Amino acid sequence: MSWVTKTLSSTLGRKLIMALTGLFLILFLMGHVSGNLLLLKGDEGKSFNIYAEFMTTNPAVKLLSYLTYISVIGHVIYSILLSRKNKAARPIGYAESRASTNSSFSSRNMGILGTLILIFLVVHLQNFWYQMHWGEIPTVTYDGETYKDLFSIVSFSFQNELLVIGYVVAMGFLAFHLSHGFASAFQTLGLNHKKYSPAIQTVGKIYCVAVPALFAFMPLYIYFTS
Amino acid sequence: MKLTLKIWRQKNNADQGGFVSYPIDGISKDMSFLEMLDVLNEELSNQGEDPVHFDHDCREGICGMCSLYINGKPHGPQQTTTCQLHMRSFHDGDTITIEPWRAKAFPVVKDLVVDRSAFDRIIQAGGYVSVNTGGVPDANEIPIPKRIADEAFDAATCIGCGACVAACKNASAMLFVSAKISQLAMLPQGQVERKERAEKMIAQMDSEGFGACTNTGACSAECPKGISLTNIARMNREYFSAVVSSENV
Repeated sequence: MSWVTKTLSSTLGRKLIMALTGLFLILFLMGHVSGNLLLLKGDEGKSFNIYAEFMTTNPAVKLLSYLTYISVIGHVIYSILLSRKNKAARPIGYAESRASTNSSFSSRNMGILGTLILIFLVVHLQNFWYQMHWGEIPTVTYDGETYKDLFSIVSFSFQNELLVIGYVVAMGFLAFHLSHGFASAFQTLGLNHKKYSPAIQTVGKIYCVAVPALFAFMPLYIYFTS
Repeated sequence: MKLTLKIWRQKNNADQGGFVSYPIDGISKDMSFLEMLDVLNEELSNQGEDPVHFDHDCREGICGMCSLYINGKPHGPQQTTTCQLHMRSFHDGDTITIEPWRAKAFPVVKDLVVDRSAFDRIIQAGGYVSVNTGGVPDANEIPIPKRIADEAFDAATCIGCGACVAACKNASAMLFVSAKISQLAMLPQGQVERKERAEKMIAQMDSEGFGACTNTGACSAECPKGISLTNIARMNREYFSAVVSSENV
């Protein structure tokens, strides 16, 4: 085994991959939520559709999207590897455990929260990403140019109460996952410092509420306004 | 005080083991937890039964020998060692559940005694410094700023009891290993083996079968010496910088 593979298969190496992919996905979510705010612009989806076209065709964005796919897949695979090692480390559990007195709910349930988010992600990708790339999608014409009308798919999907509820609940899971994951990623990278850690904690707390809340607001807004 | 003790009994490592309840009376609230177990063991011995085996040595909270997972927490309800836990932390009529540390790397030897030699092997892998033998060196020969000395000392207060492993949902030893790496990484004496130490101790930790860190903070919250999570961040820095810069291919 070379030193690279040896390092990346050590527990710390695996944690490093979890932290780096996690942080990249945190950045991705920032971009995703800010772009999606165009849904709320009230121009019948014109800006959103033009933006969606740009996001699926621009080469630089494409490169970023491949990095996102790799991050998601890497984050999932390494979480499975780590979880298996962690489970094996304690074959016999305690009869009585008061873990809630020493650690937060989110930190103890990152795997479960992550699995729920993954299930949401599969549904979410099927709903929009798959449709945009390979689905039958209506088109619209703006200033003589033809665009895929993703906005109509989004508006139609969020007429369904069950889907709206599912999306909002999933954002709750995401909020809990991020409430631990954000600061935890920095700790894993070794960035624990008197000067910066309080700022990382604060940004993490704001991020884990603001980003999922904005995401959850979109289906609710569409459902109640159309 | 009158108590019911629900204690894990296991003849040896091959035995499946199980809980046995023992009613006990006449316990003073000023007794330490281990003295309470001594009373129980005296009664058991007088009845011709096998006493409950548990680890202990100094009973002053400095050796790291005592363990016990008491009522769902390592070292019981107070943030101290079991030997420094007193019965005033409990109430008359309580049922107290006592279990051994649970980790693959800490196999049960008998009853509440676990084999913590995995920690010794991690130390042997790199938790030492090279020193020239000879006369005692002069004090302050190597200047070390007080802040660094204090921080290294804080890490060095780890007594290696294993409460961090017991508390961690992943049975991870990272708080222990990080304290042992930190105490030497911060001092000039520790520079010679610095990179090698981080690589070897982490490799040994992994091969012993301890879990990974989820940064829950349970280890530090339960540590009788209050070892800080900053040590784990330092260990990660030590390890990552060691693997990219050491000569060890």
